[in-house]
Amino acid sequence: MAENIAITWRRIPERYRLAGTQCTTCKTKFFPPRKFCTACRRKGKIESFSFSGKGKIYSFSGVHSAPAGLELEIPYVLAIVHLAEGPKVTAQIVDCTEDAVKIDAPVEFVFRKIRSDDPEGLIHYGYKFRLVK
Amino acid sequence: MFMRKVAIVGVGMSKFGEDWKRGFRDLILEAGRRAIEDAKLSGAEIDGMYCGTMAPGRLIGQEHAGALLADWMGLNPMPSTRVEAACASGGVALRSGFLAVASGHHDCVVVGGVEKMTDVPGADVVSALGGAGDQEWELFPGATFPGIYALMARRHMLEYGTTEEQLAAVAVKNHENGSHNKYAQFQSPITIDTVMKSKVVASPLKVFDCSPVTDGAAALVLMPLDKAKQHSDKPIEIVASAQASDTLALHDRKSLTSVWATEVAAKKAYEMAKVKPKDISVAEVHDCFTIAEILAIEDLGFFKKGEGGKATAEGRTALNADISINTSGGLKACGHPVGATGVKQAVEVTWQLRGEANGRQVKEAEVGLTHNVGGSGATAVVHIMKRAY
Ligand SMILES: CC(C)(COP(=O)(O)OP(=O)(O)OC[C@H]1O[C@@H](n2cnc3c(N)ncnc32)[C@H](O)[C@@H]1OP(=O)(O)O)[C@@H](O)C(=O)NCCC(=O)NCCS
Ligand SMILES: [Zn+2]
Repeated sequence: MAENIAITWRRIPERYRLAGTQCTTCKTKFFPPRKFCTACRRKGKIESFSFSGKGKIYSFSGVHSAPAGLELEIPYVLAIVHLAEGPKVTAQIVDCTEDAVKIDAPVEFVFRKIRSDDPEGLIHYGYKFRLVK
Repeated sequence: MFMRKVAIVGVGMSKFGEDWKRGFRDLILEAGRRAIEDAKLSGAEIDGMYCGTMAPGRLIGQEHAGALLADWMGLNPMPSTRVEAACASGGVALRSGFLAVASGHHDCVVVGGVEKMTDVPGADVVSALGGAGDQEWELFPGATFPGIYALMARRHMLEYGTTEEQLAAVAVKNHENGSHNKYAQFQSPITIDTVMKSKVVASPLKVFDCSPVTDGAAALVLMPLDKAKQHSDKPIEIVASAQASDTLALHDRKSLTSVWATEVAAKKAYEMAKVKPKDISVAEVHDCFTIAEILAIEDLGFFKKGEGGKATAEGRTALNADISINTSGGLKACGHPVGATGVKQAVEVTWQLRGEANGRQVKEAEVGLTHNVGGSGATAVVHIMKRAY
């Protein structure tokens, strides 16, 4: 689905540099950033936290049937990455084929084009991950 | 807590499938009429309606489905409410209707479920269904629903040694059941080979591991049990209704190999019904993908965690085996018009408990269960039904 420019603009810190949050009460790190700690609830204190971009593959799949807007990308590798600091994130694994991807393989953040709405429309950028040699 | 006992007195559904001739209104009208006729009602007795539908705004450009249905069914000014919980919309609509009758507020409620999915191109359906997940943090980066369930499948394979052939066995069993159901989208049996050789959608899931895109509707009529005998020789009591929530995004869950919301809802439902998993003889579970049925039969307590794949491959979930799972053909073969599914599950279990499931009847079916999941497990609804005659 084409994404409204205001959403894209609002999400720039998170998408461009993995800017997240943490709860200083219970030390839980959040990515995507939450502004309300689900464990401490009103006792939680949220501040910003930057993730290193290092992590490991938790699970993955080679996607061959695309949603609208990603038709030109298939096949691509979709994964849940377990970030070194704790949370897990859904992202694409790039610069490799599916056969090279293994559960627990170390990965790192890369800044990439995610999708474009149409030839005249907005180009959306954000995080993807690649295998660390 | 004051609660009236609630019974299902009428059921109906449309033929599921790709139905270019009929639209959203035609489908729900047909299912609704069949349920009302089955309950031997004139229509004047109905005092409330709940209808599950997930994405008519994106699939046919129509919202405000509650009012639309009351209007087209000629039931104005009766209150009519649309219920949305992604693929669990139907199950949550059933629970809403159940609570409305149990509370004493309504005496005769129609519960409907409908989705018209084939009016838009495939990629748009994939995107609309994606709305069941986290749009900003799963779908935007490239997840699809088959992809999200593939991530669960891959972990189950790693943690418990589940194989692609065991996943395929779910589809083979459900196609076999669907071949005895005249309402099913797919009525031809398949083999393990059919599944294994089908096109990869999101590895390790292939086309035949997926439920299809379907047009369809289903409906039920609910009444207090003490009035049900006047409308049905074979009323089916809803002895439990339970629902639970979990994180919207799969990546935030504690585990990818069990659906916590299912475990919580199932535990509550078994307590409410005072039955155990082994007392259930027939269950319609949410098999939007083959891995989902394996997770469901484990999380509902029918098999130990990790043993669902093996049990299925051994035939223990086939018709009249240890427990008959998805006798309708499930979402896989009967089809998955998302908002209709949770209601259709209750229609099938009602037929089974009444002894009216021609060609696929479970012997001595006394207690049945339905299990409906929204998204990858952010909502789960479990109902337990019993013969009340
Ligand atoms: C699996 C899927 C991608 C297949 O779509 P597709 O490749 O576009 O398939 P088509 O519609 O082009 O159909 C091609 C053929 O395959 C058949 N087919 C399609 N989906 C099928 C399925 N799931 N199982 C078996 N056969 C299927 C069609 O009947 C058609 O057969 P025909 O050529 O004999 O008429 C699609 O059904 C899908 O996205 N399913 C998942 C739906 C979903 O996510 N639901 C929500 C769950 S939470
Ligand atoms: Zn906290």
